[in-house]
Amino acid sequence: MVMLNDIPHINEISNHGLFAGTAEKKTATFRQRYHQQNKVVPSLEEAIRRAGLRDGMTISFHHHFRNGDHIINMVVDKLAEMGYHNLTLAASSLAAVHAPLIKHIKNGVITHIETSGLRGELAEEISRGLMDCPVVFRSHGGRASAIRSGELHIDVAFLGAPSCDPYGNANGYSRDDDNGIACGSLGYARTDAKYADNVIIITNNLVAYPNAPWAIPEYDVDYVVFTEDIGDPKGIMSGATRYTKDPKELLIAKTAANVIEATGYLYDGFSMQMGSGGASLATARFLRQKMIDQNIHCRFALGGITGQITAMHEEGLIDRILDVQSFDLDAALSLKNNHFHHQIGATYYASHMISAAVDQLDFVILSALEIDTDFNVNVLTGSDGVIRGAIGGHPDTAEGASLSVVVAPLTRGRIPTIVKYVNTVVTPGDVVDVVVTEQGIAVNPRRADLKEKIEAAGLHVFTIEQLQQRAEALVGVPEPIRYKERIVGVVMYRDNTIIDVVREIDENE
Amino acid sequence: MKLITTGSAGTMESNDIMITVEPTDEGGVQVELTSNVYQQFGKQIIAVIRETAAGYGVENALITAVDKGALDCTVRARVSTALMRAADCRDYVWEVRQDV
Repeated sequence: MVMLNDIPHINEISNHGLFAGTAEKKTATFRQRYHQQNKVVPSLEEAIRRAGLRDGMTISFHHHFRNGDHIINMVVDKLAEMGYHNLTLAASSLAAVHAPLIKHIKNGVITHIETSGLRGELAEEISRGLMDCPVVFRSHGGRASAIRSGELHIDVAFLGAPSCDPYGNANGYSRDDDNGIACGSLGYARTDAKYADNVIIITNNLVAYPNAPWAIPEYDVDYVVFTEDIGDPKGIMSGATRYTKDPKELLIAKTAANVIEATGYLYDGFSMQMGSGGASLATARFLRQKMIDQNIHCRFALGGITGQITAMHEEGLIDRILDVQSFDLDAALSLKNNHFHHQIGATYYASHMISAAVDQLDFVILSALEIDTDFNVNVLTGSDGVIRGAIGGHPDTAEGASLSVVVAPLTRGRIPTIVKYVNTVVTPGDVVDVVVTEQGIAVNPRRADLKEKIEAAGLHVFTIEQLQQRAEALVGVPEPIRYKERIVGVVMYRDNTIIDVVREIDENE
Repeated sequence: MKLITTGSAGTMESNDIMITVEPTDEGGVQVELTSNVYQQFGKQIIAVIRETAAGYGVENALITAVDKGALDCTVRARVSTALMRAADCRDYVWEVRQDV
């Protein structure tokens, strides 16, 4: 018989006292248990009740279904029907498809929004002053940090999943019964699942346990709801993201690839991230040729992943893929089939609080709506001052990568891209190194090392002021946007300090 | 220049402007502009259209413009062509700059 007091230093050894026997041994088969212990609840309404949602709480959603998402509208409609008010909606991002939220803001169901971006009618209405409390815009890394630190506390997460087993192991695709909906990585949802008080998985595809591999493990999940309709596959993702044929974008891409080579960041074993914009995607094509010609390979590609990246992986040019978000079906398929195409969560992708994957980047290719002569970048508001974009991982990767390259046409239609002052600072010039347009390259004066190398490779470097003046000579000087005093959006940098605000637009003549 | 019929020039393509000129008897030159960059460049586009019409001595006309982000040089070219067509005038030498 063991006596606790006989054990020296027992007060320093953490324990729960003496062993007192086990619970009754289970004898039912795995299949029999299945029906007793699963987390499937009969309806969304029931799941909401059991989760204990109350007025004033925070609900969250992911944006892996992009513009094909039916989850957010369905859930908020249900919450309105159940009589909820004063909720904070914290989505990893919102799309044009979420315009029906306007009525739920007007009727007081949703009183605050946190998101990476806004588009379409909802964005326009918010720019016109729809909400009393400003929308909080965070980067993917900033959101993950805010959730992890508790600054953004999620009471109930509603996470759509293209496959889930009755215990809650959920994934963005299924190995068993594929039924048409796949979104690939569920990286952004993983942060919500881990830190939310209550997690409800909403799936159209209930598969047998265990739904391995999973993105979200059952121990992070409280309830599972089955519904026929989680989204429109056509809006969730299309076949492969196509390479651009636009000669302007191709010239930008070719120049960007030459810049990367010149700066010395294209070496055997390098790491990279590509945005999904036309020019940044096309840069991958020019880099691919350089890699083949010089017999070098990429150690890892990070981020939002496209079929262009997975094709290079399958060719043996890229060793590993770290995938927080799959942009097209080819990418989703690769995640399913390729062992070294690895799914990661938003925190590990980009949080400044930990040693994140973005901190291991050699270079990132990013797009921009506007770049100013201090190299500040705007990816959130359009030239008319209306919200029409998303922060995404822009500031996270720009800061994390040793070389951040912003690619953009000098003008879009009659709208200049290089301006004296951006409407909204999303990524500060402090972390933007090189700007590549079809009419010239500019290097941040902070990076004299890069300028020297790029010029040594025979490429001409302009000042950013020269590019701005060139744009102005072409299109003229636009009239300044008229804003009202009222602030409708707060833009957070990745450490959740406030870097800028978005004001209500003034449309009166 | 005397306008005798409706003349148009341009396309609805990006970076172009579609100009339609209709003769009127009075009211001066009226310009009706829709533009995807109205807020930023509307006043400037209208000014260029008026200047171009004035350069041809047009006193009365209704000019309808649908702009898709055309540069000033494009606006001038489309307005000039539409005016020539509205005046049924072939007496032009495009190689030599007429206005300004």
